[in-house]
Amino acid sequence: MTLDLPLIWAVLLAIAVLMYVMLDGFDLGIGILFPFARTPTERDLMMNTVAPIWDGNETWLVLGGGGLFAAFPYAYAALLPALYVPIILMLLGLILRGVAFEFRLHGRTRGKPFWTVAFSAGSLIATLAQGLVLGGFVQGVTLKDRAFAGGGFDWLTPYSVLVAAGLAAGYALLGATWLVWRTEHELHGRARRWAWIAGAKVAVLLAAVSLATLFVHPRIAARWGFEGGAFDLARLAPLLPVPALGAAGLVLLAVGLVRRAHFLPFAGALVVFLSGYLGLGLSFFPAIVPYSMTFRQAANPDNTLALLLAGAAVLLPAIIGYSVWVYWLFRGKVGADAGYH
Amino acid sequence: MDFDALLLSRLQFAFTIAFHIIFPSFTIGLASFLAVLEGLWQATGNAAFQRLYLFWIKIFAISFGMGVVSGVVMSYEIGTNWSVYAVKASPVIGPLLAFEVLAAFFLEASFLGVMLFGWRKVGPKLHFAATVLVALGTLTSAFWIVSANSWMQHPSGFAQLADGTLRATSWMAVIFSPTFPTRLEHMVLAAYLTTALSVGAASAWRLLKDAEETESCIALKMAIGMFAIAAPLQLLVGDASGKQVLHVQPAKLAAIEAFWETRTEQPFHIVAWPDRAAVGNRFEVSIPRLGSWITAGDAKAEIKGLKAFAPQDRPPVFIVFWAFRVMVGLGVAMIGLGLWGAWLCWRGPGPQHARWFLRASVAMGPAGFVAVVAGWVVAEVGRQPYVIYGVLRTADAVSPVSRGQVSVSLVAFMVIYAVVFSVGALYILRLIAAGPLAPHTEAPMGDGRPPGYALAAAPPEPEAGA
Ligand code: HDD
Ligand code: HEM
Ligand code: HEM
Repeated sequence: MTLDLPLIWAVLLAIAVLMYVMLDGFDLGIGILFPFARTPTERDLMMNTVAPIWDGNETWLVLGGGGLFAAFPYAYAALLPALYVPIILMLLGLILRGVAFEFRLHGRTRGKPFWTVAFSAGSLIATLAQGLVLGGFVQGVTLKDRAFAGGGFDWLTPYSVLVAAGLAAGYALLGATWLVWRTEHELHGRARRWAWIAGAKVAVLLAAVSLATLFVHPRIAARWGFEGGAFDLARLAPLLPVPALGAAGLVLLAVGLVRRAHFLPFAGALVVFLSGYLGLGLSFFPAIVPYSMTFRQAANPDNTLALLLAGAAVLLPAIIGYSVWVYWLFRGKVGADAGYH
Repeated sequence: MDFDALLLSRLQFAFTIAFHIIFPSFTIGLASFLAVLEGLWQATGNAAFQRLYLFWIKIFAISFGMGVVSGVVMSYEIGTNWSVYAVKASPVIGPLLAFEVLAAFFLEASFLGVMLFGWRKVGPKLHFAATVLVALGTLTSAFWIVSANSWMQHPSGFAQLADGTLRATSWMAVIFSPTFPTRLEHMVLAAYLTTALSVGAASAWRLLKDAEETESCIALKMAIGMFAIAAPLQLLVGDASGKQVLHVQPAKLAAIEAFWETRTEQPFHIVAWPDRAAVGNRFEVSIPRLGSWITAGDAKAEIKGLKAFAPQDRPPVFIVFWAFRVMVGLGVAMIGLGLWGAWLCWRGPGPQHARWFLRASVAMGPAGFVAVVAGWVVAEVGRQPYVIYGVLRTADAVSPVSRGQVSVSLVAFMVIYAVVFSVGALYILRLIAAGPLAPHTEAPMGDGRPPGYALAAAPPEPEAGA
């Protein structure tokens, strides 16, 4: 039996990126919501809900980058220079917010507020930059001989700005619903309100991004049934479950919030993200650098992919096992005394 | 000098990775130190070990955070700035870097959470296990990254196909390339030395104020034990590393020693002013014949000089020559400090009463960091003009990005790093100045187990204007 190694790795990498978006999404969201907290104690609490796990969440981003480098080097080498500015912005944002977890504990009268702002601004910058990366990616990258050959600011368009706004709303929604789940009392109530607001924005922006995506490239429109002014329902039909999933997620979110459920809104938000992710993925698959390089053209030789797969087959289950254990360990509501529980 | 995207990318990479390596060198050693402290505390029940553990874990958390954020930068910079290198190297060392993420980073990141925040969630045994796993994670990441770097220094186990791409032909030969074992030993010893010197300096600082502080006294002796053993070992391993360089990268060796002529009985230059433009040393103070003896183990050996290599194949000599002397000079000073400390432990009232020794220990606190960065400069600048030795030149490895973009990102990195790392250093130094006996600001421990220090230690944030 021969394995289709490039395909396996395309799927694994897609899962790693999805894991990243959903996991770091909620802790970046908490940074985005920071300015809306009423008191410093509330901010401490918000941060406490993610302090033990954020580093593990961010490691999925390192796996996304490292995996792309190891499995699809041509894509890695084409995309990163193409998206140079937003990637560097993202890294700078992640630096500011990453160190803030520790620095806020040690800052004094001036230091602590400074790192509070840095955490929040860093989270927002990283999120917007990721949105610009995503938008710039979906819109397509100019290549020549499998290397980037476009301009340094090709990624900056109304479309990518729209995607960035959508992603910020989405992360805020994940953060808010996470807080609904993991906090109590006043903060819990406030988080519920944040979730409503963010949810409404997500609904609008998700619809807007979905529509706009149909116009950024004819390939995408064709995939969803619109080609040369004509519309083909037969092509759209098999893809309909994806937007349906998104709608279901929004309903789940709303029902959860109305019923004052604790976990349901977060689950709803995750479903919305899943649908958005699948929708985008299906739009350009099998391209890995839209629209001129497929994942097969970008892949490393089979002997490299096989070694990688052997390693991942052993290590990934272990990672998932202990990550789940760590989440389980820090389950439950995070109260005012969380730090030293 | 022409500031093109290539030179700017080199500056940016050198700047960001030199910052990054400062933290791993500290956290690799500190993680092991913490594991030993927690083990001793659980085995002996001695509260002094507990206090030391709780003290150093705070410093560890800050450094680790800075190691993580600066490391994430590295993993993307290989693509943003060295895309041609990425394409070329990936079929061979891609898996090594991916295994570092899978085998090390996830382990460290996940169990760090348990280590810092898990006090009342897991029992003492499981907590100890988390500390040990973090320590193992740091060593595993050193394993894979040094393996990747060793392959770049002296590639083996691969073939170049007709279209110029590389293929691994033997994974064992790729992972365990010939210079890898020595480099890994040298790096891990360097990390342990760096940590031991820092712990020694922090303890000595406290002891200068109060020679009776039990915790600092224990920590100082543990540090002396470590650097008294590791520093001489480092000399041996470093010497072995140098002998390897002689065989696999003769141009680098010639730069390290500022040899220009190929001859037998090379002199050893204690100080020199190598000048690439003048193709010679403008000035030198030398010991005859010692150069051949040190590098080849035989004073009569013939050693190649830089003139044996085409001008465009010669690495920058001045930087390599001096970085090497800084590293070795500090290494010898570490050996001296170790001997002195060991002698004080063995004879007399103990090192905590020898004020000059304490002062010297404080002064040597940063030596490990300096030596580590100098060592990497020797290795990496000495490898020039290649990025993959003999296979890919640095000038051919750079991404198609513009000069403007790289200048702006370089300045942005410099500004952010300057703020972040000076504040981090300030917080660490403040903790060190307060010492292990500083009152814990957190709530009292209820059940005999130590508190996590988490947010409880944070002072209140001013309400107004925050
Ligand atoms: C010999 C050790 C060593 C060396 C040479 C490097 N690193 Fe490093 N790195 C570590 C040892 C380490 C570590 C000990 O594992 C760190 C430091 C603190 C930490 O959090 O983990 C780390 C963190 C760290 C992280 C964050 C991991 C996380 O999210 O937990 C990344 C992505 C990298 N590194 C990537 C790199 C790259 C791409 C390098 C070279 C080009 C590099 N490191 C050189
Ligand atoms: C952490 C310790 C390291 C330090 C301090 C370090 C330092 C440096 C320095 C100073 C340069 C610039 C040399 C020059 O341009 O003159 C450089 C280049 C480079 N190094 Fe390292 N390095 C380290 C580890 C690594 C590792 C582990 C890798 C890869 C696995 C690596 C890959 C590279 C690459 C791709 C370049 C850019 C090309 C070049 O300028 O040669 N380095 N490094
Ligand atoms: C005591 C005498 C020492 C000798 C003879 C020595 C020798 C060497 C040599 C020859 C290299 C270059 C290897 C290469 O380019 O392939 C090197 C690299 C290096 N040295 Fe040292 N060294 C000594 C002490 C130290 C000390 C005290 C430290 C740090 C605490 C240190 C840290 C490093 C590092 C981090 C590297 C780069 C990694 C590597 O290539 O192994 N060295 N050393």
